[in-house]
Amino acid sequence: MQDLLNALVLLANFVFIPATAYGSQLALGALGVTLVYGILRFSNFAHGDTMAFGTMVVILLTWWFQSKGIGLGVLPTALMGIPVAILLTACFVLLTDRWVYRYHRQKKAPSVVFLIASIGVMFLMNGVVRFVIGPGDQRFEDGERFIITARAFREWSGLNEGMVFRTSQGLSIAVALLVVIALFWFLEKTRTGKSMRAYSDNENLALLSGINPERVVMITWILSAALATIAGTLYGLDKGFRPFTYFQLLLPIFAAAIVGGLGSPLGAIAGGFIVAFSEVVLTYAYKKFFTYLLPDEWAPDGLMQLLSTDYKFAISFVILVLVLLIRPTGIFGGKST
Amino acid sequence: MSFLVGQNMTGGYGAADILHHCTIGVEQGEIAVIVGPNGAGKSTAMKALFGMLSLRQGEVLLNGENITTLSPQARVLKGMSFVPQTHNVFPSMSVEENLEMGAFIRRDDFTATMAQIYDLFPVLKEKRRQPAGQLSGGQRQQVAVGRALMTQPKVLMLDEPTAGVSPIVMDELFDRIIDVARTGIAILMVEQNARQALQIADKGYVLVQGSNRYTDTGEALLANPDVRRSFLGGQ
Repeated sequence: MQDLLNALVLLANFVFIPATAYGSQLALGALGVTLVYGILRFSNFAHGDTMAFGTMVVILLTWWFQSKGIGLGVLPTALMGIPVAILLTACFVLLTDRWVYRYHRQKKAPSVVFLIASIGVMFLMNGVVRFVIGPGDQRFEDGERFIITARAFREWSGLNEGMVFRTSQGLSIAVALLVVIALFWFLEKTRTGKSMRAYSDNENLALLSGINPERVVMITWILSAALATIAGTLYGLDKGFRPFTYFQLLLPIFAAAIVGGLGSPLGAIAGGFIVAFSEVVLTYAYKKFFTYLLPDEWAPDGLMQLLSTDYKFAISFVILVLVLLIRPTGIFGGKST
Repeated sequence: MSFLVGQNMTGGYGAADILHHCTIGVEQGEIAVIVGPNGAGKSTAMKALFGMLSLRQGEVLLNGENITTLSPQARVLKGMSFVPQTHNVFPSMSVEENLEMGAFIRRDDFTATMAQIYDLFPVLKEKRRQPAGQLSGGQRQQVAVGRALMTQPKVLMLDEPTAGVSPIVMDELFDRIIDVARTGIAILMVEQNARQALQIADKGYVLVQGSNRYTDTGEALLANPDVRRSFLGGQ
């Protein structure tokens, strides 16, 4: 019994909690990608670097707040920076729309042109971020680091295994939940949100109904910038900020959006968790887990790891390829890719 | 002078003209029907009236005002409403949301209009929480017409409203269209089912190769032996 509980706590600690937090971050990222795809009808490759840009602004603000001695007590100071960072990121993204995408929209360019243009925007943002904050690692987590510490859990439960629940993980899950609820409320209940869904459903009929496409596009960019900033900040609090990592996040984010079905917000959330859990479940070393569960003489010698963590991006790739081969519209039947 | 009229319209999508000096008009409270063989330019004439293609010659007048250069969206604000032949609903949105989107340009309270549309199409009230994409073809056409009526238009234009629906549903739809016309709205529609459409038409236009061939009341066209022989399959 004790062994079984230890094994379960082990899984919760190393698989379930990290994957849920990571899944929340991916879901928020994928939501931004899927919104842009639904309305502007292209895959925005600059989204990962939009996340990096937003996070960079949050970090700069965090440093500024810290220098002034302003903080949020147990919560990370970064949270205070998010609203201003969203504003700045939205402005930046709207400028890229004004300077890059709008021209192609007016020319009714095919979506591949937008995609290539977004790669250009990606490099630009990438450069701006590295120029301002540098290519190195930044840790900006402060406040109380743990909600549950390993020692407190061990003392409370009397088990060998400790369970850690970090503030950044709890925040990721809670903030993602709040943001998703707010986003769905906006899309389902408000006039503007409904006009966005209408535009995504049937562009021509939306025009005939008097919906202003430029306004819909603008709100989409603002939402995508907000989602990117929040997702990036949560990821950075959880795992640290490094521009290159954010660029790499593009792959799991796109895998998540495509698994769920591009253009489907519900799908993006489901996809985020599917990708996160696949990554963590497949790269975790189960040696200790089986040692608890099996009799001593059966205890495994190897690490019992299906894939090395170096291959975690391969998992996103495999998911992406499988979905595109078997069900190109994703689980929730979004637009075909 | 008709309430909505396209006079002497000449134009097409590219270099070649599809319409040649084509004139089509409709009065308030009346139903005008455009019929003709495939490729006669029926839908094109309709689109020209709604500003979805630019005219090389001719003009479009709404209640005496020249609207030839207005965009489709601007014409919606002027009181025109258009139901495309296909892709005429928001498939993932509920019936009620489809109607709400129809009323997007209205800032006043449109619940009364919505109630009228539910009276006109009772099945829509029943299915108002269901996504429009899950409805049958006939029901979807009702959603499409309902959406177009939400702006309280003066002119309603329908591009083949009965395409792909069963004969029973077609009769039902025509009955509803007559009901709409009785409220004083001008209705202009393109129809493949020429005989049935002309039966309810106050005015009929037979187009051939982008030009007016016959123009008369629906009744007279049905009685015209030439029209019957050429376009209504004999008898």
